[in-house]
Amino acid sequence: MDLTVEIALTVNGAAVRRRVEPRQNLVDFLRQELELTGSHVGCEHGACGACTVRMDGSLVRGCLVLAVQADGARVETIEGVTATGEIADLQDAFARENAVQCGFCASGMLLTSHEILRRNPRAGETEIREGLSGNYCRCTGYHAIVEAVRKVGAARPGGQS
Amino acid sequence: MKPAPFAYHRPGSLAEAFDLLDRYGSDGRILAGGQSLVPVLNMRLATPTALIDINRLPGLDGIGLGPEGLVIGALCRHAAVEGSPLVARHAPLLAQAMPHVGHLAIRTRGTVGGSIALADPAAELPACLVALDATVRASRRGGARDIPAARFFRGIYTTALEPGEVVTAAVIPPIAPGWRSRFDELVRRAGDYALVGLAAHGRVADGALAELRLVFTGVGPTPMRAAGAEAALAGRRPDPQALAAAGRALDADLDPPGDVHASAALRRHLARVLLARVLTRMTEN
Ligand SMILES: Cc1cc2nc3c(=O)[nH]c(=O)nc-3n(C[C@H](O)[C@H](O)[C@H](O)COP(=O)(O)OP(=O)(O)OC[C@H]3O[C@@H](n4cnc5c(N)ncnc54)[C@H](O)[C@@H]3O)c2cc1C
Ligand code: FES
Ligand code: FES
Repeated sequence: MDLTVEIALTVNGAAVRRRVEPRQNLVDFLRQELELTGSHVGCEHGACGACTVRMDGSLVRGCLVLAVQADGARVETIEGVTATGEIADLQDAFARENAVQCGFCASGMLLTSHEILRRNPRAGETEIREGLSGNYCRCTGYHAIVEAVRKVGAARPGGQS
Repeated sequence: MKPAPFAYHRPGSLAEAFDLLDRYGSDGRILAGGQSLVPVLNMRLATPTALIDINRLPGLDGIGLGPEGLVIGALCRHAAVEGSPLVARHAPLLAQAMPHVGHLAIRTRGTVGGSIALADPAAELPACLVALDATVRASRRGGARDIPAARFFRGIYTTALEPGEVVTAAVIPPIAPGWRSRFDELVRRAGDYALVGLAAHGRVADGALAELRLVFTGVGPTPMRAAGAEAALAGRRPDPQALAAAGRALDADLDPPGDVHASAALRRHLARVLLARVLTRMTEN
């Protein structure tokens, strides 16, 4: 029995139309169908944050949204926000502060950090750590990540120096 | 892992959803925010034949004020409740509790109806609804009913919902002047399920407590109303003597589990700490 469903969505500004199996998660769809492999798959149950993408402007877990549910949605991945330059300052700071080692967590960390600063430009260490508590990093020990985000927050307009 | 195959339906009306629920019976599952169901599918702990995605049912994602109180639609995301000025004004307990539900990327998808239907024993929302004397509104073919939250949560992941019923809203009755509320919880890490959480709601006059409702989460199979502690605090200020008496009463009120996250004894201790903290803040000016 053919269970597939046709979906149409916008991914990083481009219109996409595909038939998908309902059981395919959004992050697998992005990686396997669209070859956008910047979003990663870690735990597949919402704990690690490696699969974080933006859907209709909100951060979501790509492993906990089905691709069929993104029908009609606007999805943005790390590839998209890299191309627009909207997180270039965070990316530079992560490199400068050594906040990326293996890089597995980086796309989720960057998207989540950007959202933390967008919601609260004055976020300090506590708010940054709380905001990133759903993103695991097995390499850096978090300190460098928090420092990178804090410095970018301070440097952005409305930030606290 | 990846989920086992299933058929996907996206009903455009409640009537259509009822048809699908009838058609699939216990082989069909409602999909709302998916933040609890999808992990279970990914791990193949559940293998339903069909998912009935209710996300596009019209009219279930609003927050409105009526004569019966604040009506929060089942499809309201946790993040929408957290940011709602109506909720901040008419159900401040919920506004305080929502930031504790998981992480931001969970709250953008997880729904009020999903949290209610799931009835996780460590969830925030069920305890708040019991503390606020709220009702759960559920619909099925041929009618709707309102179930008091105090009778809705029956056990671990067990509710008063019947097969074919869909949660459509939570209704929070109007709060009279002089009433205050406070939510707080203790976790090892921000965003985790509560080791112990407390939703407190009651009347405060000259710093003294009356008609207090203390509802704990994470320390029993359902939201746990602490009747003994409530009685120990009736008419009193939360001073050290009153809090000590209430803390002793809590031992009989609560039945905390011991698990990898915390022993039962630690949870009992934390419940006392939280009780003092919450009531002190609640009665502050
Ligand atoms: C990492 C992580 C951390 C989390 N932390 C917390 C936390 O700290 N506190 C907390 O409370 N929750 C937490 N959650 C769970 C989250 O809040 C869920 O969103 C919520 O429990 C379920 O809501 P949902 O809309 O996602 O429901 P779904 O996952 O879609 O559904 C859950 C269940 O409810 C049923 N259902 C859904 N909607 C309805 C309806 N309207 N009528 C009848 N049945 C329905 C479904 O069939 C399913 O059985 C966490 C989740 C994750 C992944
Ligand atoms: S892979 Fe999605 S949260 Fe871990
Ligand atoms: S850099 Fe390796 S997981 Fe974060």
